[in-house]
Amino acid sequence: MSTLAVHDHGVAHHDDHGHEHHHNQSFLSKYVFSMDHKMIAKQFLITGITMAVIAMILSILFRIQLAYPDKTFPLLTTLLGRFAPNGRISADFYLSLVTIHGTIMVFFVLTAGLSGTFANLLIPLQVGARDMASPFMNMLSYWFFFMASVVMLSSFLVQKGPASGGWTIYPPLSALPKAMPGSGEGMTLWLISMVMFVASSLMGGINYVSTVLNMRTKGMDLWKMPLTIWALFLTAILGILAFPVLVAGVVLLIFDRSFGTSFYLSDIVLNGVQQPYEGGSPILFQHLFWFLGHPEVYIVIMPAMGISSEVMSVNSRKPIFGYHAMVYSLIGITVLSFIVWGHHMFVTGMNPFLGGVFMITTLIIAVPSAVKTFNWLATLWRGNIRFTPAMLFAIGMVSFFISGGLTGIFLGNAALDINLHDTYFVVAHFHLVMGSAAIFGMLAGVYHWFPKMFGKMMDEKLGYLHFWLTFIGAYLVFFPMHFMGLDGVPRRYYAFTEFVSMQRWLTVNTFITWAAIMAACAQVAFLYNFITSIFIGKKATQNPWEANTLEWTTPVEHLHGNWPGEIPTVYRWPYDYSKPGAEEDYIPQTVPFSQTMSSNQAHDFEDNPKGLEELNKFNSTLKANEQVK
Amino acid sequence: MGFRKFINSKTLLSFITAFMLLGTNLLMAQTEAAATTGGQTDAPQVDWTGVAYYVLLFFLVCLGVAVIGKILKIYDLTLKIQGKKGMKWNTVMAVICLVFLLAGIYGAYWSFTVQGSMTLPEAASEHGVKIDEMFTVTTVLTMIVFFITQILLFGFLFQYRHSDKRRAHFLPHNNTIEKIWTIAPAIVLTVLVVFGFFTWQKIMNTTDTKGDINIDITGHQFAWELRYPGKDGVLGPKDFRMVSAANKLGVNFKKRSSFDDLQVDTMYLPVNKSIRLNIQALDVIHSVYMPHFRVQLNAVPGLPTFFKFTPTITTAQMRTQLDDPKFEYLVYCNKICGGGHYNMQKVVRVVTEAEYQAWLSRQKPYLNDALRKELHFAAADQPKTESQNRLALNN
Ligand code: HEM
Ligand SMILES: [Cu+2]
Ligand SMILES: [Cu+2]
Repeated sequence: MSTLAVHDHGVAHHDDHGHEHHHNQSFLSKYVFSMDHKMIAKQFLITGITMAVIAMILSILFRIQLAYPDKTFPLLTTLLGRFAPNGRISADFYLSLVTIHGTIMVFFVLTAGLSGTFANLLIPLQVGARDMASPFMNMLSYWFFFMASVVMLSSFLVQKGPASGGWTIYPPLSALPKAMPGSGEGMTLWLISMVMFVASSLMGGINYVSTVLNMRTKGMDLWKMPLTIWALFLTAILGILAFPVLVAGVVLLIFDRSFGTSFYLSDIVLNGVQQPYEGGSPILFQHLFWFLGHPEVYIVIMPAMGISSEVMSVNSRKPIFGYHAMVYSLIGITVLSFIVWGHHMFVTGMNPFLGGVFMITTLIIAVPSAVKTFNWLATLWRGNIRFTPAMLFAIGMVSFFISGGLTGIFLGNAALDINLHDTYFVVAHFHLVMGSAAIFGMLAGVYHWFPKMFGKMMDEKLGYLHFWLTFIGAYLVFFPMHFMGLDGVPRRYYAFTEFVSMQRWLTVNTFITWAAIMAACAQVAFLYNFITSIFIGKKATQNPWEANTLEWTTPVEHLHGNWPGEIPTVYRWPYDYSKPGAEEDYIPQTVPFSQTMSSNQAHDFEDNPKGLEELNKFNSTLKANEQVK
Repeated sequence: MGFRKFINSKTLLSFITAFMLLGTNLLMAQTEAAATTGGQTDAPQVDWTGVAYYVLLFFLVCLGVAVIGKILKIYDLTLKIQGKKGMKWNTVMAVICLVFLLAGIYGAYWSFTVQGSMTLPEAASEHGVKIDEMFTVTTVLTMIVFFITQILLFGFLFQYRHSDKRRAHFLPHNNTIEKIWTIAPAIVLTVLVVFGFFTWQKIMNTTDTKGDINIDITGHQFAWELRYPGKDGVLGPKDFRMVSAANKLGVNFKKRSSFDDLQVDTMYLPVNKSIRLNIQALDVIHSVYMPHFRVQLNAVPGLPTFFKFTPTITTAQMRTQLDDPKFEYLVYCNKICGGGHYNMQKVVRVVTEAEYQAWLSRQKPYLNDALRKELHFAAADQPKTESQNRLALNN
């Protein structure tokens, strides 16, 4: 029987990559300054989880303040010292907590922790490469991230506390050390940390893009890549184009702070003292910040979308519905996300006409988001759904994305945003659509690829417990916040005691805090599961989820270079699940069509006329045979 | 059969957790009470037994979870030993999904009715009514989508839960239906955008920028300053270089129009007059937020902005409407501006024209004695006569 034609793209392969030297690696080069993408992925993951736990504890601290604004907790003074005099968190430190919580979650957990982990792990494994394009730069990327994390956390040690102007650090507040305690050394450390962070992000991003473009295995053309790779690839492009603008903004801010320039400052009288700044514009910073800031939120969500698509397809035992539409909507989101940043600035004093334009672009971006949602639903339809913990988290991601995405339609409408901007409605919106959805995508990825990362299985039952407590907890925390926002309750308020109209929300705030504490406790189930499974988990089989993608063809024991022999060739798209006529309900990408004559469909050969001919021939002989019978 | 047993143990589990949480809550309240009384002194004592209690409680919960986990495992094993299939976790999860869906719908409904009724009262300004209308339309549309998609999501999970007897339906794509659900949201969003765009343009109206009354509102850490024009109806210009102890806002007194400006404490607004708020900040960005009027605009140092609106409901009317004799309209600060950000309020009173004029006649000029001394204005009778003129005019 003839093999069906498969096109070869003639991409440069690195099959000759020497991998004899991995036997005598020292501890330092294996676990610390590793250049192996799988180890770097684990480093990113563990650092990311650590940062997430820290940021979560910060959030519980400020939630306690909101729930019990006039109670004292001597324990807080014991723990936090001068930041919480007399058993109460101080107003300035409250703002520091909010700021560092937001910064860590958005950048360190959901950007570096998420992209860093899964781009590093999955890109080489799923496109069939021995490692990243530049393993050395990859290692640098991790260590820059690590240093950025250390610097960010070290700001808790300076006298006046960490940065406290909000994660968006709008000047003049962040530019004038006298405007608030956190704008002193704390802010300086924040800026240094972010510059290192962006360096890390760029080194990673360039690596991801070049690996995807140049190092795919034979047969892996772009339209055979799993959606995880598409998502991570486009995320990296977004990051490469957007992050430098943040650096530009940050560098100008450093100039304003330290060298007396006036990029963002003008006409300022602080505490009755005129400041020598003239001609700058605070709005300029907002433009620079949100030019990154908005793409950033998609940098956060797109990997989660990719992971969820993959996990949902595997566990519904069904191809992802509308693969092409999924890719095009990701591309659409990538492109559009560069022209919507002004929706964060409708009421900042930006020219109202500009606001109108940004409103139009913003609501356009909701279309690809809607398409993705409907396609996920269609993927589940008539599936054969297996509820692994990863699957549950992927579903949770979809649910959160719907709930939070719909409120985006309110906020994107400039007229409605007049009354919603900077209220708890916005807090609810982005915690659902970005915070919860992306965290759930990340957790789905952790549960799904844990066997690949550590060669062990995680405990399913603890995963279930973790999922339901977190899922319910997140809804209990964020759903009521919409209504607080609709009552005009502003965000970033230290206490709601000073306004009579806000005091009736106190019970709701207490409830939210307790829901948050419950959800935080549920993370102990995850941490316990994660840590113990690494050491005493059940040994994983090679392809525990019966998935099609390439990473499951590598041996369970990691080796440098990923595949012991030649890198496998790819013949088909990654979503041949439950194909009629096939023996198993999955057909890995490495199985040629010639071995699955009974299940091939015209659909498989849309861009392959030769293959289609073969199929037709096969079908007509089949028919002829039947007629003979 | 195994299924029913499982359900029992699961409810048991949730009961235990609920009970524990409740216990914690009670305990918490007690320790707090203790802490508050002790908190008056300078160095409050840590209630270590309370802390130990929580830690213990947490470990108890963990222990409970572990025990239940073990029981489930043993139960599963015995099933397998008896040659049965073991616990059907897929079915269990599918059922929980369904329960979650039902509970979630009820929860959302409860939240909408109970917490939804705690939201802002009807808009007290002309443009606010339009915003509220658009809000209602958007809410109806999005809620339809919300309920349909969530019901489908969790419904599918239950309906298509795993079964060994079945294979999933191989359906890679369907171009027709994909086109439909690209175009349908696009149309709905276009409608929303078009209405939103015109409403927005109208509210932020840049062609007709003059209001009946100009009011100057300036934010600084951590208060709002208000300045009303005098009888000439014109606010004097400002320059930050002229700020001094007595001239907090830096009003330029080289210009005559500054002389009769008034400094006021409470923002009085006559009903049904168009108000133009001139918004500025001295130090950092603040935001003028008047939620009852659906008004918000940032106060940016170096970038004067304005917001025009027409209040339609007086404070007195709103008080009867809300059945709250103490109700006040307020200006909040809604852009993080430092430690005092959470308490930067100014009272707004919407009154009838007559009340407004009466109030206005009682206000003091911005150019007070201290400022006059600072500016070396000789006992300056000129401004005085002007203010007398104003009174005469108002009568
Ligand atoms: C359906 C599409 C979406 C629309 C129309 C939309 C619209 C908006 C608008 C207009 C704002 C500004 C609100 C304000 O500050 O007044 C906003 C805030 C925000 N959105 Fe979205 N959004 C959408 C989806 C998303 C997604 C997918 C993410 C992240 C994954 C996201 C993350 C955020 C974040 C983080 C903020 C708050 C930033 C801050 O002020 O701290 N949004 N959104
Ligand atoms: Cu945005
Ligand atoms: Cu303020």
